[in-house]
Amino acid sequence: MNYILGAFKPACHISITFSDGKSRKQVPLKKENGQTVMVPLFQSQENISGKISIEPVSGKKVEHNGIKVELLGQIEMYFDRNNFYDFTSLVRELDVPGEIYERKTYPFEFSTVEMPYETYNGVNVRLRYILKVTISRGYAGSIVEYQDFVVRNYGPPPSINNSIKMEVGIEDCLHIEFEYNKSKYHLKDVIIGKIYFLLVRIKIKNMDLEIRRRESTGSGANTHVETETLAKFELMDGAPVRGESIPIRLFLSPYELTPTYRNINNKFSVKYYLNLVLVDEEDRRYFKQQEITMFRLGETS
Amino acid sequence: MMIADGIEDEEKWLAEGIAGIQHNAFYLHRAVESNNLREALKYSAQLLSELRTSRLSPHKYYELYMRAFDELRRLEMFFKDEDRHGCSVVDLYELVQHAGNVLPRLYLLCTVGSVYIKSKEAPAKDVLKDLVEMCRSVQHPIRGLFLRSYLAQISRDKLPDIGSEYEGDGDTVMDAVDFVLQNFTEMNKLWVRMQHQGPIRVKEKLDKERSKLRDLVGKNLHVLSQVEGVDLEIYKDTVLPRVLEQVVNCKDELAQYYLMDCIIQVFPDEYHLQTLETLLGAFPQLQPAVDIKTVLSQLMDRLSNYAASSAEVLPEFLQVEAFAKLSNAIGKVIEAQVEMPVVGAISLYVSLLTFALRVHSDRLDYVDQVLGACVKKLSGSPKLEDNKATKQVVALLTAPLEKYNDIDTALTLSNYPRVMDHLDAGTNKIMAMVLIQSIMKYNTCVSTAEKVDVLFELIKGLIKDIDGTLADELDEEDFKEEQNSVARLVHMLYNDDPEEMLQIICTVRKHIMAGGPKRLPFTVPPLVFSALKLVRRLQGLDGEVAGEEVPATPRKIFQLLNQIIEALSNVPSPELALRLYLQCAEAANDCDLEPVAYEFFTQAFVLYEEEVADSKAQVTSIHLIIGTLQRMNAFGVENRDTLTHKATGYSAKLLKKPDQCRAVYACSHLFWVDDQDGIKDGERVLLCLKRSLRIANAAQQMANVTRGTGGPVTLFVEILNKYLYFFEKGNPQITSAAIQGLIELIKTEMQSDTATPDPASDAFFACTLRYIEFQKQKGGAMGEKYDSIRI
Repeated sequence: MNYILGAFKPACHISITFSDGKSRKQVPLKKENGQTVMVPLFQSQENISGKISIEPVSGKKVEHNGIKVELLGQIEMYFDRNNFYDFTSLVRELDVPGEIYERKTYPFEFSTVEMPYETYNGVNVRLRYILKVTISRGYAGSIVEYQDFVVRNYGPPPSINNSIKMEVGIEDCLHIEFEYNKSKYHLKDVIIGKIYFLLVRIKIKNMDLEIRRRESTGSGANTHVETETLAKFELMDGAPVRGESIPIRLFLSPYELTPTYRNINNKFSVKYYLNLVLVDEEDRRYFKQQEITMFRLGETS
Repeated sequence: MMIADGIEDEEKWLAEGIAGIQHNAFYLHRAVESNNLREALKYSAQLLSELRTSRLSPHKYYELYMRAFDELRRLEMFFKDEDRHGCSVVDLYELVQHAGNVLPRLYLLCTVGSVYIKSKEAPAKDVLKDLVEMCRSVQHPIRGLFLRSYLAQISRDKLPDIGSEYEGDGDTVMDAVDFVLQNFTEMNKLWVRMQHQGPIRVKEKLDKERSKLRDLVGKNLHVLSQVEGVDLEIYKDTVLPRVLEQVVNCKDELAQYYLMDCIIQVFPDEYHLQTLETLLGAFPQLQPAVDIKTVLSQLMDRLSNYAASSAEVLPEFLQVEAFAKLSNAIGKVIEAQVEMPVVGAISLYVSLLTFALRVHSDRLDYVDQVLGACVKKLSGSPKLEDNKATKQVVALLTAPLEKYNDIDTALTLSNYPRVMDHLDAGTNKIMAMVLIQSIMKYNTCVSTAEKVDVLFELIKGLIKDIDGTLADELDEEDFKEEQNSVARLVHMLYNDDPEEMLQIICTVRKHIMAGGPKRLPFTVPPLVFSALKLVRRLQGLDGEVAGEEVPATPRKIFQLLNQIIEALSNVPSPELALRLYLQCAEAANDCDLEPVAYEFFTQAFVLYEEEVADSKAQVTSIHLIIGTLQRMNAFGVENRDTLTHKATGYSAKLLKKPDQCRAVYACSHLFWVDDQDGIKDGERVLLCLKRSLRIANAAQQMANVTRGTGGPVTLFVEILNKYLYFFEKGNPQITSAAIQGLIELIKTEMQSDTATPDPASDAFFACTLRYIEFQKQKGGAMGEKYDSIRI
């Protein structure tokens, strides 16, 4: 009876700890089931090391054909379920086949791991990093344990960062000139700018600035594009007259933004746009969309 | 659209808005009490979202605003207390800017900004500049105005003014000025824009709503005027030019009018005086429909009051040539605003004149200059028809009179009569009345013939008919009042020098003789009396007058008088002329000019014979003649006899018996003058009395015949009294027996069957008897005399 029950229960408990787990920064990660857990944060070319301890359920022995730990970087397309694409895969063998009778601890280390892509949770695509411990067993099936971690890569501020300045309009109806102070923003940046009204012949009700994220996945005929509006920020209330200039000051920190990702492993891209929307009294919308580049600035703390 | 909907809906929306605010305020209070910043921000933003409505009129929106305002005060207290929410003010300043909607965001930003400045963690000017810039995001007129008004409110005590705790470290008063000016400019733009918010047909309503909001804009100017650091230099170089620039550029009549007025009202007069040129320079640039005259008038009034406030400031006025500048500006405004009605121009001149009078009371040339400008303006158009304009001209002409209390001054102003020429006849008269009243009020004496000439030229509207005025249009009473005023005026013309006085009289005569039959009866008498007064004065000088070459002699004046009165008798107004002749006769008598007096009497008698036809008038006249004649002592026996004979003759020829009777017994006095060398002809007195008794008898009989009753015995009693008079005066012809007889006669008459009872004459008789009784009992000489009379 015990034996049968044992078949449905894990035969052992596996725990993965990072060597600097106490001091390392933890960030929230949304799991598939919707729960948010705190996971450690790494960046590319860091050493990922720690210990894996295996503790058999009291008094049992675990027979195995070898134990290994893998570090995997995966891209998962939601429309192509269960088909992971591993762009990084590193393996360490922890033990030769044998039996474990009592708690056993294995140190592991992946040094200067190349992790060029950041963890990303999108609408149609997910990029994740995991540690995967596998206890291979013959007839009983392998025992597997996963540990997620997050990767973020920081860059220096771009050397060239021009402002965005543009004049747009509808002939004899509306002419505006807008200016955003930069074309590249870091995630906690502030967008500063101005909108000049050169000609106003329509009755404008209000004006918003939207931050839109455009995620494209797949390639060729299979390309899926998903656009989300992450921020809708009212810039102006009421109808301006010719010659008026309206200030823009939009703090980016409240919004959940990521850096711009261009063609990640030929699988997906994430781009950001500023969309200036004018709404007239008949609720007609006039807009101009402009791409901005988002980047993650090295944290100086 | 708020305009189109009814008031009921508006009430409903307001109630909804208030409910929304209250609802969120409840949660806001709870969040604040539990020191929960995040919740506090959330609910305050929601609360402020109620102010995003477009459906309320300014009035109702204000109500909503005030509710939100109260909540923001509470929130500000919370923001101030970093210990409670644990967020530094710098972070807070960023945090509130995360709000997605612009209006709540900016209200919160201003609120935190206020705390930020107070914390002094950043220079006040930077925060203020940021706030005033960020507020540009609200372009909706009403919402923007209230938002900026909130900004003005919270910043008011935090301006880096001189002496303020926020001054220093690069924060100067100029920053304060810049801030307020910018907020002012933006508010004004929003306010001006309000008029374009609705369809044209409701413009009137919009204008009304707009004017309710004007004080929000004007408050900025008020704040500026309260800034200590705004000295004359800053005002001159920065504040005024920038405010004016905005005023001129906004091209909106409502705003321009209000703001110009506001500038004039809030800033000190001293500043206005020193920046007069700049300020005035703006006026011609305003929209044509702006009521410039009112504003400009206010400015001048203020400056006038300022000048009047202290003599020390007067040199300043001279130094800046205030008058020249104002005069110049008015000229330009009138030139620029072709459409301005005449009344506007005139009222400007009135203000300028008031200014000139107050500030440069010694400069009559200024006054004349203003009048001259006015003439120039008026000369382009025909006579004034506009009622209001006329009133203004009257005001213009009255002002110098009131200032100088003295008609003399007005008479020296060459343009004065020229202005009057532009008045219509009616107003001209009113003005003439004003002139006269002024003279009366201040008891001004006009003392030269020359001035009198000018004066009468000015009031010619009263003196003679001006073409086009129909006599029957005149109200009789008004006419009388006018002419009475002229009559009073004549008495105000006086000079101590008889010669000049005579000139004055001649001048007046020249003018009033043109007055026509209706006026002469009013104007001649005062002139006559004025002349007689002169005669009396000359008479007082006595010997000195004897000099040969003196033109002003009584004789000469009497000649003049004769002509004057003659004119009156030709009018015809014989009774009046007759009285005047008698007056002159008496005066001549006093001057011992017998032939002259005789001549006057002759004239009087001629008039009596030829012109006085009415029997009642005859009675009055004859009594006057008798009275005057009685007092004459200059006549020799012959002349006197002629005249008394005539008088007695006329008396007996009066129409009614009682009148005859009375006139005749009055004549008895002509023969008994009760003074030392007066004539005392007792016989003729008795003759007169007897004759009157006969007439009384005849009257009684006539009454019996015609009416069947005897007339009252009054006449007899009256005669009895005459008897008693002469009896007492010692006329030997009047005996106690005669008196006794008369008393008996009266008693018989009273008891006769046909007598008509008449309480008045009974009483009269009883009194007379009582008097006799009294004299008897008094004793002494008189008592003895009366002793023999029995009652």
